[in-house]
Amino acid sequence: MDDFKMDALSHLENQSIFIIREAYRQFRKVAMLWSIGKDSTTLLWLVRKAFYGRIPFSVLHIDTGYKFKEIYQFRGEYSKKWNFNLIVHKNEEAVSKGVSPETGKLDCCTELKTNALKQAIDKYKFRALYLGIRRDEHGIRAKERIFSPRDEDFEWDYKNQPPELWDQYKTKAKDEEHLRVHPLLGWRELDIWLYIKRENIPIVSLYFAKDGKRYRSIGCETCCNPIVSTADTIDKIIEELKTSNVSERSGRAQDKESAYMMQKLRSLGYM
Amino acid sequence: MPNLKFIIVGHVDHGKSTLIGRLLFDTNSLPPDKMEEVRQVSKELGREVEFAFLMDHLQEEREQGITIETSQTFFRTPKREYVIIDAPGHVEFVKNMITGASQAEAALLIVDAAEGMQEQTKRHSMILSMLGIEQVIVVINKMDLIKYDQKEYQKLMQEIEGFLGSLSITALAYIPVSALRGENVADCSEKMAWYSGPTILESLDSLNNQTSSEDKSLIFPVQDVYLIDHKRISVGRIECGSIEQGQDIKILPRGQMTRVKSIEKFLEKSQRSFAGESIGIITEDSVFLDRGDIVCQETEEPAVSDNFLASIFWMSKGEYKKGEKIFLRCATQEVSCRMEKIYKRINSSTLEILEEDAEALRNLEVGEVLIKAKKPIVIQPFKDVKEIGRFVLVREENVCAGGIITK
Repeated sequence: MDDFKMDALSHLENQSIFIIREAYRQFRKVAMLWSIGKDSTTLLWLVRKAFYGRIPFSVLHIDTGYKFKEIYQFRGEYSKKWNFNLIVHKNEEAVSKGVSPETGKLDCCTELKTNALKQAIDKYKFRALYLGIRRDEHGIRAKERIFSPRDEDFEWDYKNQPPELWDQYKTKAKDEEHLRVHPLLGWRELDIWLYIKRENIPIVSLYFAKDGKRYRSIGCETCCNPIVSTADTIDKIIEELKTSNVSERSGRAQDKESAYMMQKLRSLGYM
Repeated sequence: MPNLKFIIVGHVDHGKSTLIGRLLFDTNSLPPDKMEEVRQVSKELGREVEFAFLMDHLQEEREQGITIETSQTFFRTPKREYVIIDAPGHVEFVKNMITGASQAEAALLIVDAAEGMQEQTKRHSMILSMLGIEQVIVVINKMDLIKYDQKEYQKLMQEIEGFLGSLSITALAYIPVSALRGENVADCSEKMAWYSGPTILESLDSLNNQTSSEDKSLIFPVQDVYLIDHKRISVGRIECGSIEQGQDIKILPRGQMTRVKSIEKFLEKSQRSFAGESIGIITEDSVFLDRGDIVCQETEEPAVSDNFLASIFWMSKGEYKKGEKIFLRCATQEVSCRMEKIYKRINSSTLEILEEDAEALRNLEVGEVLIKAKKPIVIQPFKDVKEIGRFVLVREENVCAGGIITK
């Protein structure tokens, strides 16, 4: 008998590919949400693996206009290199009304991210969306299902989630607007970095330390703060994560405003 | 060593979330800012520091002091890494508990020392038994409330032992604990010097990882078929055994024979793939493969049948009436079916037989039933091959029941 024991990373990879294929089979009319951060870029990598390099659906970037310039550069470079259909959507209406981080962070996130996403789903009629969220990012996300329905108001009915047994996932019911599909739910931040290293996945340079600081989680330039770090290589980031006990999103404003801001955002349809 | 997933189950308020908070705290798994957030919210709600808030993140959960939704978190001991699955103990949320338990390799059953076994203690035990979770550790919590009394502990322990015995569960250990005070969680309790067994951490470290299904006969359920560069690739995850280039295969339920021309992975060459791997195959003859087909070896093939006996757990508010059409999903197979007989209708908490030869099944009841499918599907009894021995029943796109094939 061969001495084959699957390692933890391969196990995660295979499970994620299974989920990605399952959702595509169920819905066909799907899209992947790409924030261009490390998680959704890892997800994109897995999607390429699942479909042998031919991504059969669109990749959607919800652009607030406040993203780092490095994010825009990366987006341009890899959407060409990996040859997929990129859709960039912005809530122009809100932008022209002057919605910005200065006018209120909850409102800004809701308008430029959640409502922008609503507009995009409405415009392109997606039935399901892949997202790269993970359980260990936030206590609220720990309670998500792998296939998670949203109703016509985009609400997440977290008090009445469908059962999910033995890799049998939710199919779309009539009253459900779309399903969120979370292939990375069981990955930890450390797993993401170990996998990026193993697979040599390209990643935005903001994650690597410059002048004693680096970003551990990226989003809008206005609402992200770097952490003090000298980790300028993947190996050093992995080392740092193994010893650090500061939570990942400590630099993200959405998680801090009040204890339940994340819950409010998510129940309104935030990613 | 691979991580181990375990679930903490038991009645509402018996201390599941508190025990998890304590495990995280005692193993230094908590980011200081998380602990600070919990301190602050506890203070705002006018309470002592609530470890339970580490898992109970929903506003309603914290204000009402109950867990609504199952969640998962990570911690490690020097021996290995763990995924803890927290489950709600309230009767309203049994389906969330089942969702959590279906992913667990082991379970901690927590019982309040002062209250003893309650409705959900028993129902959760029943569910563990049905799901085939064999590794169970019983935690008798809140020993501080009964003044760490050995006699009372032993009396309760015997009661629990008797009940679990009726479900064919033999617990690996019984541990007297105070999760709130940290007695026998990570460190041996001085207050219970009469107890010489393992602490919770020690007993967790003694659990075994789920055995791999690679040594079994091949089961490869086809998930989908992709046409890429004029090649038809049948993709899926190998559930049991392994598959090799050049191997003769049989495709059930129709029974066509062919051979594996190649195993397809993106930018990888593979001669042989094993259980757990998501792959694609190209076959030598142009046989027609589709989702729901099960690829296996000719000499060791599973059963193909359109009727079988099963135990099912009904978890939908709307009842099931005998003979009603419903969809069954087992691995990637989906088929319309009916329950033709409900031999027994059982209360999932007291285990009492409510009715024989029943006409309907209601929420939270267990049924021993005969299922008749519209066309043959590929199955095995759960005890032999769990991957094709378990199924869900779906009505109007909602999962209403989980079941295991008994015969």
